[in-house]
Amino acid sequence: MIEVKKLVKRFGLKTILRGVDFSVEPGEFVALLGPNGSGKTTFLRILASLSRASMGSVNVAGYSLPNESAQVRAKLGVVTHMPLLYPDLTAEENLQFYARMYGITNHQSRITQVLEMVGLEYRRKDLVRTFSRGMQQRLAIGRAVIHDPEVILFDEPYTGLDQDASEMLDDVLRTVTATGRTVVMTSHDLARAEDLATRFDILSRGVITATATQKELKKTNLLTFYKQAMVE
Amino acid sequence: MATKSKMIGNRKLKVGGRKSSAFRFPPSAAPRFLAKPTFFKATMAIVQKDLAAEFRSRELLSAMLVFSMLVILIFNFALELDIKVRQSVTAGVLWTTFAFAGTLGLNRSMAVEKDRGCLDGLLLAPVDRSAIFFGKAISNLAFMLIVEAIVLPLYALLYNEVRIFQPAFLGVILLGSIGYIAVGTLLSAMSVQTRTRDVLLPILLFPVAIPVLLASVKASGGLLNNATFAEILTPLNLLIVYDVIFIAVAFMVFDFVVEE
Amino acid sequence: MQSKPIVLSILDVVSIIVLGVAAYLALVFAPTELVMGDVQRVFYFHVGTAWVGLLGFILAAIAGIAYLTTKDMKWDRFEVAAVEVSTMFFFITIVLGSIWARPVWNTWWTWDPRLTTAAVTELIYIAYFMLRQGIEDPEKRARFGAVYTLLGGLSAPITFMVIRLFRTIHPVVIGSQSAEAQGGFSMTTDMRTAFFFSLFAFTIIFIDLIWHRIRLGRLQDKVEELKLNLSL
Repeated sequence: MIEVKKLVKRFGLKTILRGVDFSVEPGEFVALLGPNGSGKTTFLRILASLSRASMGSVNVAGYSLPNESAQVRAKLGVVTHMPLLYPDLTAEENLQFYARMYGITNHQSRITQVLEMVGLEYRRKDLVRTFSRGMQQRLAIGRAVIHDPEVILFDEPYTGLDQDASEMLDDVLRTVTATGRTVVMTSHDLARAEDLATRFDILSRGVITATATQKELKKTNLLTFYKQAMVE
Repeated sequence: MATKSKMIGNRKLKVGGRKSSAFRFPPSAAPRFLAKPTFFKATMAIVQKDLAAEFRSRELLSAMLVFSMLVILIFNFALELDIKVRQSVTAGVLWTTFAFAGTLGLNRSMAVEKDRGCLDGLLLAPVDRSAIFFGKAISNLAFMLIVEAIVLPLYALLYNEVRIFQPAFLGVILLGSIGYIAVGTLLSAMSVQTRTRDVLLPILLFPVAIPVLLASVKASGGLLNNATFAEILTPLNLLIVYDVIFIAVAFMVFDFVVEE
Repeated sequence: MQSKPIVLSILDVVSIIVLGVAAYLALVFAPTELVMGDVQRVFYFHVGTAWVGLLGFILAAIAGIAYLTTKDMKWDRFEVAAVEVSTMFFFITIVLGSIWARPVWNTWWTWDPRLTTAAVTELIYIAYFMLRQGIEDPEKRARFGAVYTLLGGLSAPITFMVIRLFRTIHPVVIGSQSAEAQGGFSMTTDMRTAFFFSLFAFTIIFIDLIWHRIRLGRLQDKVEELKLNLSL
């Protein structure tokens, strides 16, 4: 579903990503772990077609970036640590707007469905301005899946959420990803990642240093694995 | 606190329970997922979104309006706008007011997109970048025209300047606003991504927008002083040339301004 | 790359020589103009610097287009060089013009199309540098710079045409003469020699300075790169 080869990204003279090879099978839930500044966000922005690779090839959902970015974007849902919502519009209006931007006609039923999925149907007519951080984040997930994407990218979705909100977000993430979607999530919260993901990749100083599936990890725990990968 | 979250959790659980049935729609209500919206539909979606948000908060319009009235007030005393002075400076006063108020609106309209990452949201949609440009430009133009539609009658009322209401004068206002907003939207997309942000927009915009402002002043000032059509033809032509060139260029280079 | 190219060293010497010769031709060789007297001699350098200032402005806009199509940083360095050198020459042009205008037009400054356009162009250049200063990422800086020079290059001629609608007193020495112009004159053969040599001399100096500035830009990048390598 995602195929990245020898990806290099430079900002001026600084090299953020130095040759990342990365591939994800359909239906996998990959947690991309690493310390701050390891290039996780940059990497996700390249997958999301928001940024261009300096070198290397990137394929998402069967299309290559950046040449076929419009096709990729149609099959892609992205959640960042910012909600990407308009505070002066209601939850419904926000979703309506994005539904139209994704070319969904007859979208009323889809919006209801998405709002139910993220548990915000009862706040449908309320301004996003009045939402808590956790509710905004759930609506942001609803926004990201409004067009039923094949691939979903989460960039630190837990940033700024308290315990309750995080647990609720867990539920939403499970519901959203239950339908066999491919997911890549960056996080530095190992516990959350361990619960959700089926595979763990460690990104450190611009390269992927280790990878393990949930099964392979059964013997050791994620923290030991993570620490080992960072040492290498 | 705990009970509240539990309640919300229950609500969601209930929803999760009938998830399977929610995926079946009656045929008439079933959504259709197209690969991408048409250029026109994407543009109009952005315009409607901007107008809906603005008519709810009225932050941008009220700021532009109050600012415009303050500028006119200051001009009134700074230039002593009696009948004789007004003869020659009305067009200049109006265009200065619109230009200043315009930068306020342009800054705000783009900051709304940038601050909450919504610009990324727009860029993630499978639409042409230029549809985003046109969407933002059309809503910015709408805000500017709304402000003008309120400021012009007020000016006419304050100074008994009924000559403002001739179609040709309003046409010049429209042409000038189009050119100004086209360049302004492009440059605000740039300035919002810099460190100095809103301070930078007027500095970038004014030197490049001088032709459109001066041509508008010349043409609208001529109309107020009963010039013949032949006399204002040259500034009018330059205005149209500017509009066409800069809409075309903004259309072509907007990609470069939003890509990374 | 590290050491200065020989051609550039030769060009340095040639620049100094042609500047000397141009000064001799303008100040000594050319006959004194009958009406205006010696102050008219400013004209040779005035037009010379104005010519290269304009040339640099056009070249910067072309470099901007070249950068946007090729994304090659060498065009960015060329663009910056052209804008910087041009800013300086335009400034000299304006100062020399003022020196001439004081006795001839009886004012240091007038809002004539050429003067105003030159002043607006200077402002565009200053805005250009302020824009670049506010951007960290060199690639984005180059992109925005290129877009702005392009806009500036397109608006400057329209500015000129628009201001011409308001009246002018600037003389047109080459080409047709406007009836209202003050301080116009016709050139003798010796004046022409001095005039065209001055154009030639400033073109040489312009090329020399741009070359130096591009080389400086390259060295700057090199220093940044070395610093970065050191910190890693």
